[in-house]
Amino acid sequence: MKLTLKVWRQKSKDHSGSFENHTVEAHDHMSFLEMMDVLNERLVSEKKEPIAFAHDCREGICGTCNMVINGKPHGPLGGTTVCQLHMREFNDGDVIAIEPWRAKAFPVIKDLVVDRSSFDRIIQAGGYISVNTGQAQDANAIPIEKDTAAQAMDAATCIGCGACVAACPNASAMLFTSAKVNHLALLPQGQVESPRRVRAMVKQMDEEGFGACSNTGACEVECPKEISIENIAAMNRMYVSAVIGSQDEV
Amino acid sequence: MINLDPKIPKGELGEKWSQYRGTMNLVAPNNKRRIDIIVVGTGLAGASAAATLGELGYNVKAFTFHDSPRRAHSIAAQGGINAAKNYQNDGDSIYRLFYDTIKGGDYRSREANVHRLAEVSVNIIDQAVAQGVPLAREYGGLLANRSFGGVQVSRTFYAKGQTGQQLLLGAYSALSRQIALGNVTMYNRHEMVDLVKVDGKARGIITRNLLNGKLERHAAHCVVLATGGYGNVFYLSTNAMGCNVTAAWRAVHRGALMANPCYTQIHPTCIPQSGDYQSKLTLMSESLRNDGRVWVPNKVEDAEAIRKGSKTALDIPEADRDYYLERRYPAFGNLVPRDVASRAAKVACDEGKGVVSTGKAVYLDFASAIERYGKSAAHSKGIDNPGKDTVTKLGEEVIAAKYGNLFDMYVKITGEDPYKMPMKIYPAVHYTMGGLWVDYNLETNVPGLFALGECNFSDHGANRLGASALMQGLADGYFVIPYTIGQFLSKEIRTPKISDQTPEFEAAQNDSQARIDRLMNIGGEQSAESFHRKLGKIVWEYCGMSRTEEGLNKGRALIRDLRKEFYADLYVPGTSTEFNPELEKALRVADFLELGETLMVDALNRNESCGGHFRAEYASPEGEAARNDKDYTYVAAWEWNDTDPILHRENLEFENVELKTRSYK
Ligand SMILES: Cc1cc2nc3c(=O)[nH]c(=O)nc-3n(C[C@H](O)[C@H](O)[C@H](O)COP(=O)(O)OP(=O)(O)OC[C@H]3O[C@@H](n4cnc5c(N)ncnc54)[C@H](O)[C@@H]3O)c2cc1C
Ligand code: FES
Repeated sequence: MKLTLKVWRQKSKDHSGSFENHTVEAHDHMSFLEMMDVLNERLVSEKKEPIAFAHDCREGICGTCNMVINGKPHGPLGGTTVCQLHMREFNDGDVIAIEPWRAKAFPVIKDLVVDRSSFDRIIQAGGYISVNTGQAQDANAIPIEKDTAAQAMDAATCIGCGACVAACPNASAMLFTSAKVNHLALLPQGQVESPRRVRAMVKQMDEEGFGACSNTGACEVECPKEISIENIAAMNRMYVSAVIGSQDEV
Repeated sequence: MINLDPKIPKGELGEKWSQYRGTMNLVAPNNKRRIDIIVVGTGLAGASAAATLGELGYNVKAFTFHDSPRRAHSIAAQGGINAAKNYQNDGDSIYRLFYDTIKGGDYRSREANVHRLAEVSVNIIDQAVAQGVPLAREYGGLLANRSFGGVQVSRTFYAKGQTGQQLLLGAYSALSRQIALGNVTMYNRHEMVDLVKVDGKARGIITRNLLNGKLERHAAHCVVLATGGYGNVFYLSTNAMGCNVTAAWRAVHRGALMANPCYTQIHPTCIPQSGDYQSKLTLMSESLRNDGRVWVPNKVEDAEAIRKGSKTALDIPEADRDYYLERRYPAFGNLVPRDVASRAAKVACDEGKGVVSTGKAVYLDFASAIERYGKSAAHSKGIDNPGKDTVTKLGEEVIAAKYGNLFDMYVKITGEDPYKMPMKIYPAVHYTMGGLWVDYNLETNVPGLFALGECNFSDHGANRLGASALMQGLADGYFVIPYTIGQFLSKEIRTPKISDQTPEFEAAQNDSQARIDRLMNIGGEQSAESFHRKLGKIVWEYCGMSRTEEGLNKGRALIRDLRKEFYADLYVPGTSTEFNPELEKALRVADFLELGETLMVDALNRNESCGGHFRAEYASPEGEAARNDKDYTYVAAWEWNDTDPILHRENLEFENVELKTRSYK
């Protein structure tokens, strides 16, 4: 199939960017990123600059790849990262627009590559259980209900890609932050620190310049791991009682 | 010949580690604060090490070329992690895990290291659960287990098909906490491009800041490498695109030894290659072999018909199917170790029985499991004489609950429904048992340089058992290096802060700059990627699942020619002083070219078949690997030398386990 790509090119954070048109020949079996590889290989052979895009595992788990395809983070398929998207989802003659995540807290590094270190700093603010190596008791000492463990797993499955932010009209990071808060709050090991954690992580999220949540639900729709928006509601409840419970600095 | 002293502590096998730990030199807390440690790599091994060393009070600087520690390739591990907990009461024990690992590794690993690994395995699970890693549980609230290849107990812990992700996020959270506390300084998007030695000791590294191309110097009292495996020397593998050997290989250029590079693991269950543009291969977890049955058609005509598209798997009656693993290995059946399963698939395809157009795939069939589970589900629901549709529906539900995410992944990639048609699978490069030579302290032959996780050679011998890499990475990082590093550092407490303003740092930085300039200035026609692809084809062809003396010699010559072509015709766009992924790739491919040759040399030297290393000349009449214990019970550790790498040996002593022919029949 023959496709026309409109790809966002931007030299760096300090340059302004624009769309550039390319045509490529693709096969059904190719992944979307392999189609990009083919294009880049051609650009290099023509001594042109290849398109910088982020990727690594190419199996939907590392959270590196990030492209907005025709306005949708990770493209048209639900529950799928762009690295798992295959060209059989497209048709001969399609015009495909490819852009990076757009958010103040995710500045563009080059072309389609953005800086997501703000996510790391949210985790550093409190996305952990304070236990040193060697301090743990036997793993089976505290039984945890199967369903509770499974719910914690569903929240923990977040790959930190940032599609939720890219999908949100306010560029809010509530789905990302609440998934971690809930994953840990559901487990007995994580409950002790819950009030402090939720306050610290929300504070960091605000400082990074992510927007407020206005419940549009776009994040849940675009999340490649289908993380539920219920996490946000649960975090809001936790946050309110944590703030009432303590005024300590976090 | 370098004296390779493994520094194995004295005493009974089961007592060595605890006695050694109890008598080791310690570094006092006030001294720890004055000692700097560099950790390169923040996957499972590096993140767990950096976090724990930070907790202990050392000043840690940690580096990753990724944009965050959470992206390390460990994130992709699917199936699980082993531990000798014996929670299932099925006869597991530390000794059994030790024994299975030694046997699985085809008697080419160090007894003392492996026993220690089995001992600390139990602590890893405790630690992970305390960190909030949501491992799978049973209805009673206790942890669940499953089986992996090459063993007869259930000792594998898992978190759906995302065990590596959850364990890495656990280690990442511990690391994040230390970063917040100021004990670890984290350098993302920094690639180590050289090791710096001062007076023979590892004292620092040169990094390239990938955002702006700047070369930077970082000094410390010692350097820990946890930079992962080199499977991408084959280009196509299940590794992430960024996995590379550069950090380890640069250490080799500074005198460290590369041990057993030819021990590479080919995983039997991966999605077959579909085209020339393909960039990587995808693993279908080994856990699928708990329920999937591997087969090919008995008759070559049937296979031909399938390849042409005039028949499908469903047209082949039971009597005309060859469930070759069950036939050849009745005791372990579909759960034989990886090397055995992979070779058997190759044999079947070489006989012309492959089931895709390239001829390179076999079936992994869930129909029997669906029927079995469906009947049992119907029975427990009280449905008498259930119809075929009911059985299938109920059975598919059970399979979906167990492997749903893997089945979904298969559909996404192939566009075929594995509930209805058997999966098509073929072996692919997955893991590298070889790596930097280390002693019992995980220290390389360069004093002050340590290696952890997949980047070292320890523990797995010539073949790794499933679910043991996560175990080893975390054992090294959480429970071994925090102790053993003290053996080196206790002698360094009077060493002042290491300065990076010395001739050694200057020289290393200049070397790195010169290597970069050389690649930028070639000005040829071909991309780094295209050289990588060609290299991969050569290594796979001549040093893949089956190797011969003739092929290895040929492969080596081809790689040397390719290296010449690389330095004559490479083209790197852009400049070296900006974000430039093409330059990153070129630097990595340059190192893979040298490693690839060393792989061939090592495979040529080892005139035997063992584990993942199969030399066609050394096989039993039934086609099984034939070891030569008399001449090759040693670790081959290679010193880099451009004309001919130089061999150093560490003889392996087996005091507790009798060397036997591995049998899974
Ligand atoms: C698809 C797949 C599935 C697997 N499933 C399982 C399983 O179920 N069970 C199991 O036990 N094992 C499994 N394995 C194997 C296991 O995942 C790996 O062996 C293990 O995770 C390696 O961990 P590591 O910490 O040594 O390296 P990695 O996780 O690869 O981390 C390497 C780190 O080093 C950094 N790095 C590398 N080079 C440099 C450099 N030059 N400069 C700076 N930083 C650098 C990287 O950025 C990264 O942080 C699987 C492997 C694959 C490929
Ligand atoms: S590249 Fe890893 S999730 Fe897409």
